[in-house]
Amino acid sequence: MFYGFEPQSRFLLGTAGYPSPAILQQAIAAGGSEIITVSLRREGAAGAAFRELLAQLDVRVLPNTAGCHTVQEAVTTAQMARELFNTPWIKLEVIGHADTLQPDPFALVEAARILCADGFQVFPYTTEDLIVGEKLLEAGCEVLMPWGAPIGSGQGLRNIDGLRAMRAWFRDVPLIVDAGIGAPSQAAQAMELGFDAILLNTAVAKAGDPVRMAGAFRQAIEAGKAAHDGGLMEKRDMAAASTPIFGLATFGGEG
Amino acid sequence: MNIQLNGRPVLTAARTLTELLREQQIDVACVATAYNGTFVPKSRYDSQQLEEGCQLEVLSPMQGG
Repeated sequence: MFYGFEPQSRFLLGTAGYPSPAILQQAIAAGGSEIITVSLRREGAAGAAFRELLAQLDVRVLPNTAGCHTVQEAVTTAQMARELFNTPWIKLEVIGHADTLQPDPFALVEAARILCADGFQVFPYTTEDLIVGEKLLEAGCEVLMPWGAPIGSGQGLRNIDGLRAMRAWFRDVPLIVDAGIGAPSQAAQAMELGFDAILLNTAVAKAGDPVRMAGAFRQAIEAGKAAHDGGLMEKRDMAAASTPIFGLATFGGEG
Repeated sequence: MNIQLNGRPVLTAARTLTELLREQQIDVACVATAYNGTFVPKSRYDSQQLEEGCQLEVLSPMQGG
């Protein structure tokens, strides 16, 4: 599903901002996540401890280029991540706008082209723009990760029509909604639209009980997937009686 | 010479990247490095010479979203 890796879980979980490493570990277990996102930062005492924690977890890591604003920064960070985490996977973020953390589509496509040519397996954090999606696929990406809403905003799916169009347009491409998911109902909604997976961080990490919230997201994502596969009913403008009219009794008032 | 290490000015006697990391007591196994904005693979740490005013980024694993 993702570059030849077919996870059982459709819940990709971020690792930032948890109250403690133990809570993070329990949240990953409760969420059933097989893929977690990680990052790189300037060398500090926490690095070795986090590396030890990762070694204990039976998951695949998806390093990100969070905080990068240029092609050069993103490419260099990806190269460092590949060596440090020993994986060709990279969640490619090239941020174009400081307030919305919206991707810079031009720099994103350019960085994706360079990294794919260098053997990386790129998971691009993008918008729901169809043309940008096509350019990313042309660059060599096999997965697209459109945002639901700005990172950390918890707004859910801000452009449902755009996401629905993306799903219809890229019928056979694995699509992951990344960023902006604040509640399990929003994750279920994305899965009902036919998306393949959800990537989120803040909604779990900053929950009052992150472990319980991770479990809630797991259930919502599974429910949304089952609902999509089950075939959702079409909406109607007017009522349609569920109970058959045939055989309806009549009581008085006749003849 | 004076260099920039992770945005900090550092006065060092090291001549190579390997010597600098040893001097700064940084575990090579836990980091990845960029020299003046360009990635340096571990296999080149011994041969990567330092120059006055160069900028080094030494990064380690961290939580991320």
